[in-house]
Amino acid sequence: MIPAPFDYVAAESTTHALDLLGSLGEDAKLLAGGHSLLPMMKLRLAAPSVLVDIGRLTELTGIRAEGDEIVIGAATPHAMLATSELVRADAPLLAHSAGRVGDPQIRHRGTIGGSLAHADPAADLPMALVALGGSVDVLGRDGTRRVAAGDFFTGFFETSLEPDELIAAVRVPRRPGAGWGYQKFVRRANDWAIVGVAAIDGRIALANMGPTPLRARAAEQALAGGASVADAAELAAEGTEPGEDVHADRDYRRHLARVLVRRALEQRT
Amino acid sequence: MQVELTVNGQQRSDEVEPRLLLVHYLREVCGLRAANVGCDTTSCGACTVLLNGTSVKSCTVLAVQASGQQVTTAEGLAADDGLHPVQAAFRQEHGLQCGFCTPGMVMAAVGLLSENPDPTEAEVREGLEGNFCRCTGYHNIVRAVLAAAKAARDEQAEVGA
Repeated sequence: MIPAPFDYVAAESTTHALDLLGSLGEDAKLLAGGHSLLPMMKLRLAAPSVLVDIGRLTELTGIRAEGDEIVIGAATPHAMLATSELVRADAPLLAHSAGRVGDPQIRHRGTIGGSLAHADPAADLPMALVALGGSVDVLGRDGTRRVAAGDFFTGFFETSLEPDELIAAVRVPRRPGAGWGYQKFVRRANDWAIVGVAAIDGRIALANMGPTPLRARAAEQALAGGASVADAAELAAEGTEPGEDVHADRDYRRHLARVLVRRALEQRT
Repeated sequence: MQVELTVNGQQRSDEVEPRLLLVHYLREVCGLRAANVGCDTTSCGACTVLLNGTSVKSCTVLAVQASGQQVTTAEGLAADDGLHPVQAAFRQEHGLQCGFCTPGMVMAAVGLLSENPDPTEAEVREGLEGNFCRCTGYHNIVRAVLAAAKAARDEQAEVGA
């Protein structure tokens, strides 16, 4: 499969990339690792006229501590996130989540910013960011705005990013002692989650239970009110309208959410 | 547009369309046919090559993205007619049947061992989860990777002794 023809520009800086996005308009797409965009282009589900490559901008790559947050450059590949000592120590849920994306080759190329911008509701990192209560630094020509994870994902493969903006960095709180659990139900080793659950302390996020990653609010409230893990987990699918596909119908997804939330909560230590 | 790559140690400069995939560049422009196009959807790993030493699926990388970088295919693993230790181990342990997945499997294994020279069996199985084999049931492939790791360690020990 071969993408439709396009022009390619390797951006020299984020400023250059923003200028290009501004002048080229909505027909231009940012390319980093390309592991969400290129498959869509090969299937002709996407046919941008220009790709602006930001994948090799060192200013967008890397992981650092900043006060009580970890700041991750948008073009940081999953493999770097999964093996980072800082992330493993202070945000182990995120390191684990990055290590569950696809397979090793995919983790060498795919980036956190790309995964979040793609906003697949079945993906690992959007769910992890929602569970962690992280945020996204969105860079536009007028400066940076910070968007909370819960406000970033607005619909099925849709985010609050404007066409002339890019993700500069991703922020997650440092919580080295927090108990966390991670569950991902798949049919094949390197698949997307049929249903996924990320839990940290009393926060629970669900993947593939709706058009965006969701909080399991009813279960969270029950936990906060002193309910047992088993009783809280029974409420995991409350208020969700999961889609149906060849892997699972709606009832089965709701069943999976209840079972996986219980397992994720039991995993916390 | 013009790309400048080092492929199996040789510097190249070629004029390509931006949409040319790295696997097609390797097969059709460079004439290197080891990397196979299998699923063409980033799943099966038959097109795995090393990009600056790390394993990638070349059906999901543009040739222009690889410009300025080093690509290694199965053809470039060993000097002349010899076998790379991982290739030798695949032959020794019969880690293949039809052979279609083998170049990608070998490259993924070389990448895995460069990151983890002493993997457990479970780590080998997880490390190769991006490569599908429809013939072998994986057992001899895993054995081959473990044997290659052991051979490399034994050689290290001998050099050190």
